[in-house]
Amino acid sequence: MFSLSNEIRGYFLSYANFKIILTQTVIVAIGALGMTLIIVSGGIDLSVGSVIAFCGVVGALLIQQGWPVPAVVLAVIVAGGLIGLLNGAAIAGLRMTPFIITLGTLGIARGAAKWLANNETVNYDASPINHWMTTADPFGWALPAGAWIALVLAVLTSVMLRSTVFGRHIFAIGSNEATARLCGVATVRTKILIYALAGCFFGLAGLMQLSRLRQGDPTVAVGVELDIIAAVIIGGASLSGGVGTVLGSMIGALIMAVLRNGSQQMGWPTYFQEIIIGAVIIAAVFLDRVRQARRE
Amino acid sequence: MPTPINTPRLRLSGIDKAFGATQALRGVSLVVAPGEVHALIGENGAGKSTLMKVLSGVIRGDAGTMEIDGVPYIPADTLDARRRGVAMIYQELSLAPHLSVWENIVLGAEPHRFGWLDRAEARQRARGVLARLAHEHLDLDRPVGEFSIAEQQVIEIARALLAEPRMLVMDEPTSSLTQADTEKLFDVVAQLSAHGVSVIYISHFLEEVRRVAQRFTVLKDGQTVGSGEVAATAQTEIVRLMVGREMSDLYPQRSPQFGGPMFALPAGGLEVRAGEILGIAGLIGAGRTELLRAAFGLDPSTVVHTTPARRWSERVGFLSENRKEEGLMLPLSLAENASLPKYKTLARWGWLPVSVLNAATAPWLEKLSIKARDAGQGAGELSGGNQQKVALARLLAYPARVLLLDEPTRGIDVGSKAQIYELIAKLAGQGCAVVMVSSYLPELFGLCDRIAVMRRREVVACKPTTEWTEQTLMTAAVGADTA
Repeated sequence: MFSLSNEIRGYFLSYANFKIILTQTVIVAIGALGMTLIIVSGGIDLSVGSVIAFCGVVGALLIQQGWPVPAVVLAVIVAGGLIGLLNGAAIAGLRMTPFIITLGTLGIARGAAKWLANNETVNYDASPINHWMTTADPFGWALPAGAWIALVLAVLTSVMLRSTVFGRHIFAIGSNEATARLCGVATVRTKILIYALAGCFFGLAGLMQLSRLRQGDPTVAVGVELDIIAAVIIGGASLSGGVGTVLGSMIGALIMAVLRNGSQQMGWPTYFQEIIIGAVIIAAVFLDRVRQARRE
Repeated sequence: MPTPINTPRLRLSGIDKAFGATQALRGVSLVVAPGEVHALIGENGAGKSTLMKVLSGVIRGDAGTMEIDGVPYIPADTLDARRRGVAMIYQELSLAPHLSVWENIVLGAEPHRFGWLDRAEARQRARGVLARLAHEHLDLDRPVGEFSIAEQQVIEIARALLAEPRMLVMDEPTSSLTQADTEKLFDVVAQLSAHGVSVIYISHFLEEVRRVAQRFTVLKDGQTVGSGEVAATAQTEIVRLMVGREMSDLYPQRSPQFGGPMFALPAGGLEVRAGEILGIAGLIGAGRTELLRAAFGLDPSTVVHTTPARRWSERVGFLSENRKEEGLMLPLSLAENASLPKYKTLARWGWLPVSVLNAATAPWLEKLSIKARDAGQGAGELSGGNQQKVALARLLAYPARVLLLDEPTRGIDVGSKAQIYELIAKLAGQGCAVVMVSSYLPELFGLCDRIAVMRRREVVACKPTTEWTEQTLMTAAVGADTA
């Protein structure tokens, strides 16, 4: 980092680049909010990238149909929530492994997105939604609207996770589901709710993706779930459940964005980026193990 | 000084071990003769497991000497210890459930020619060690997971025997066994002893020690406080060494006053009254745990249709026999563990800050003399006895009026046991109804007003405690009267 030329370092630390990094963080950050709920509850969701693409296509089609903005926003979030609801119902109701179920939905949602979009991008003339993720600052809010939305949601989610009965139940289920059941927690209902709520976050992330691309692309966001999971784990959550914070996950998301942005600024080839991010994920999981060993 | 004719199998002297500021072992000595079964006794935290870790090479002592058969013994690690003839059987079994009996027994020591597994030889060796334990009838090809816990334990011992150990350490081997299986294990230990293997037998159950061991050593606070011949020492004397208190103080004096029926169990028309402690005895597998779980709505039942949530709201509480797997959320705080069932009553409009949880739990730490920093401490950091008190605190804090307790003192030390007995007696005195499943007969006799016996998922008898003897109760449990 310190051997960089002054020119590159100067830009990397500039306000303009800071805005770009924050904007790049938004999609992973909103996804990480949902993923934090799921991972703290002891689960996992691999379908996020596909859900983002699916919801983006749904949004683009509805804009094409001339739906008003609030209705589009609501419909896209509900679409994500419905997929989450199905995931949750299969996982909690049928007692199937989250890894397998969401691996299935990963394929289904991607296929459904391509089907809806006729296997091509869905284009529309213009929409106010397009202004949410641009660094041009059309509203004069210093940061893009998407970043503000992510920030507000992060605060709300953090408070919910820490200081509400629903939030504490998420920790209880992730820590020991048998105990939660014994203590009268409605584990099945709570888990379905967790996946559905997380799905709403993924739907919103899809909307942000749509806003950034200005078109519905059914092939976008492949593998984004891995960035999101990595952000949550880097943020200190444990894959075995019961541990995790929203603040940590947000810092994790920021680290992922800085890594991507930094290596772009350095002009490193994308394969090098991939290697670095892969190594960071492994290091984070290793850290998780060390932390767990210390707790025991 | 004349040279002793019999060199001891194991001689530990002056063993010290400190972890940071905590002195876990202080000048501990232990002598075991060849072929002797030696009981190592002490409360949780007395230093038994630390001593055994030093012996088996997991950790190294700070000072002291160890000898095996007169030869200095300083194990580099557990593998080295095993090579020098010291094998451990841990409380938690370490078998691969999907592999067959013979595969488990030879695991890590498979006989081979140029990397090709010699099946015939492997099976023969497995059968050989099982025969030494008088268990050659076990089906070598069946997956280990299909056997009972007791049989799995025999398989685990057989695996240890394959390395021809001179010294076998068994850590609480009967904690999950029934009376009948315990008897079989004693036979196995006797077989080992007859083959010249020395055994260190760690147990909380003094009756067992009396049955199985010839000599004993008591550890307290990391020091050897006594040792001697089991047969020549009164049980009360051993307890006094362990806890510095008399055996008779273990069970509280009660003058029970019964109210009306408070709770009906879904078997044999069994009812428990206010102020009553009802014990349920029986062998493991007799359906005692299942009866409590069905009554609480944890397992599906054709007789009762309820859920844990509904039971809690009727102020019925349940204590699981399985503290780690089901009873507690070990990574979470004491406050969360103790108040999970009453989150909804503690919360306002779904709002439940951690400070409210901690404040609601703090008084219980004091009332149950739980040794913890504060209510925010992780449950996993506490000792077994204190963890069990946290699990009980959950029922008290709710507060439950009917207590369904499944093995409430399993795996905890005598001191904590006495405190839990006292607590149960006090609750009954306050008009709670208590149902208590236990495999430990002395505590049923010491605490309960009535004892019901289960056999093959049926309640076969229920009488006031005074009308039972251990003899008649065991007869009812094994069904010898009808045979």
